[in-house]
Amino acid sequence: MNAIEIKELTKSYPVGFWKKQLRPALKPFNLNVAVGETFGFLGPNGAGKTTTLKLLMGIVFPTSGSANILGKDFHDPEVKKRIGFLPEQPYFYDYLSAPELLDYYANLSGMPSAARKARIPQLLERVGLGDVGSKQLRKFSKGMLQRVGIAQAIVHDPEVLFLDEPMSGLDPLGRHEIRELIQSLKDAGKTIFFSTHILSDAEALCDRVGVIHKGELRGVGVVNDLRSSEGGKSEIIWQKAAALAAVAGDLLESHVTGDMVRATVAADTLDRVLDKLRQEHARLISVTPLHGTLEEYFLSRTTDQESVQV
Amino acid sequence: MTSRISAITLNTFREAVRDRVLYNLVVFALLLVASAPLFSQISIGMERLIVVNVGLTSISIFGVIIAIFIGIGLVSKEIEKRTLYTILSRPVRRWEFIAGKYLGLMLTLVVNTALMTVGLYIALFTFAHGQNPGDPRLLVAVYFMVLELAVITAFTLLFSSFSSPIFSAIFTFALFVIGTFAEDLRGFAALSHGLTKTLATGIAYLVPNFASLNVIGQVAHDQSISGRLIVFNTLYVLLYAGATTLAAIMVFERRNLK
Repeated sequence: MNAIEIKELTKSYPVGFWKKQLRPALKPFNLNVAVGETFGFLGPNGAGKTTTLKLLMGIVFPTSGSANILGKDFHDPEVKKRIGFLPEQPYFYDYLSAPELLDYYANLSGMPSAARKARIPQLLERVGLGDVGSKQLRKFSKGMLQRVGIAQAIVHDPEVLFLDEPMSGLDPLGRHEIRELIQSLKDAGKTIFFSTHILSDAEALCDRVGVIHKGELRGVGVVNDLRSSEGGKSEIIWQKAAALAAVAGDLLESHVTGDMVRATVAADTLDRVLDKLRQEHARLISVTPLHGTLEEYFLSRTTDQESVQV
Repeated sequence: MTSRISAITLNTFREAVRDRVLYNLVVFALLLVASAPLFSQISIGMERLIVVNVGLTSISIFGVIIAIFIGIGLVSKEIEKRTLYTILSRPVRRWEFIAGKYLGLMLTLVVNTALMTVGLYIALFTFAHGQNPGDPRLLVAVYFMVLELAVITAFTLLFSSFSSPIFSAIFTFALFVIGTFAEDLRGFAALSHGLTKTLATGIAYLVPNFASLNVIGQVAHDQSISGRLIVFNTLYVLLYAGATTLAAIMVFERRNLK
């Protein structure tokens, strides 16, 4: 079953003062995210990631298209009891303390009073804010606010989580902690849809990613597949620099250190290069397959080209 | 539904209280009590008239100022600071949010007005012995002020749902001034002719009639207030504030929150 189904969703905004014209912020796209999946929505700033999330949260209305969350129309209030949302760079009511804020949000999500009282102290402990007491949010650091943001998104124990740039603006330690938290939610079987432009986070956490650029979904695929499809190269290290001349034409690049050679070859020429090296009586040290990085895939999709569905 | 609206109502009230708005009013009430001896010195025998006039007028003006200044930010601040994002991603309907905000500000205003009224009564009991200090008509005048605030709050909410705080304040204040002179506008309409008469009549009946909600002069001069006026004003405000809040909801229901 799909937790999220996006069907031909589009959003255009009117621009111009007098003669208003519609400028597309999001071109029509389809996307399914399975229950329990962690999906990374990648794209540079201004690509349409936040617009997509705002549409799914009912903050802006789609120009056309629709979406289902957990099998129901995304505007259905019953659906909203089962989802959690962390906006980008969240700002909360700074006159409230963290327990008050969580109580307010849990109440709005329909949690009974007794359940709220039991849940909130545990949750604050879980996000590392067990000792904040009644301190008002105005006195919180950015990292602490981000933790409060995650806490408010999961206070009602939702099945699907939407996180908009959850790690942005955090120091390395803060990023690590939030990443651990998301990993624990993933392990607990939650469906997580998060937007980011930090590719290492997506690579570490996501089962699948989608790349959006200029309001257009440019590619969707399984992270491991994308990495191997973008790679397909191998690194060979051998001893006998004199053998380099025999294989130079088949190498992508090579470095010589004394009598040792380190070279990169494409998958389709690997066997030929190895045969020639044997014929040259070179001493083979290692052959290591090289994986492409998500960054390479991301860059390939965000250069202007035809849309690609992987 | 009720629990969501009441949660938003209480949070709006809590925000106002923690913004220290109420403290200003407590200071006002104390100032009123403290300044009362001055009135008795400059107007011998007319202490009650002066204290009632000054007190009720102050309550009214402070109430309007607070309604406008808190009201204009009720919705726009939530959009600007994006706190609304985490509200609308929950099972909260947009109309529930507007209703909660409206009731939250009204609760704040009622508490403020009640505190100031207590201050006024203290002033009256202290400095106007034997001059009908416990006059219940004072409460009718205060009740009318609350009715006036109910309309003003609805307008701030309407303007705040589509306009910036500055413009919302200007629009609401302009409407308050026009509404205060609604009776004069009706008088002018009756004396004019042609298109002017049609326009003036239309505007006079469209703008809120705050003049009929002002009975400060009558109370200060010990004149009676008819029960019919109380019923009429209550119904008028219920309809007027209800329609204005409905308009605010209709605007907000369609709004894209960028």
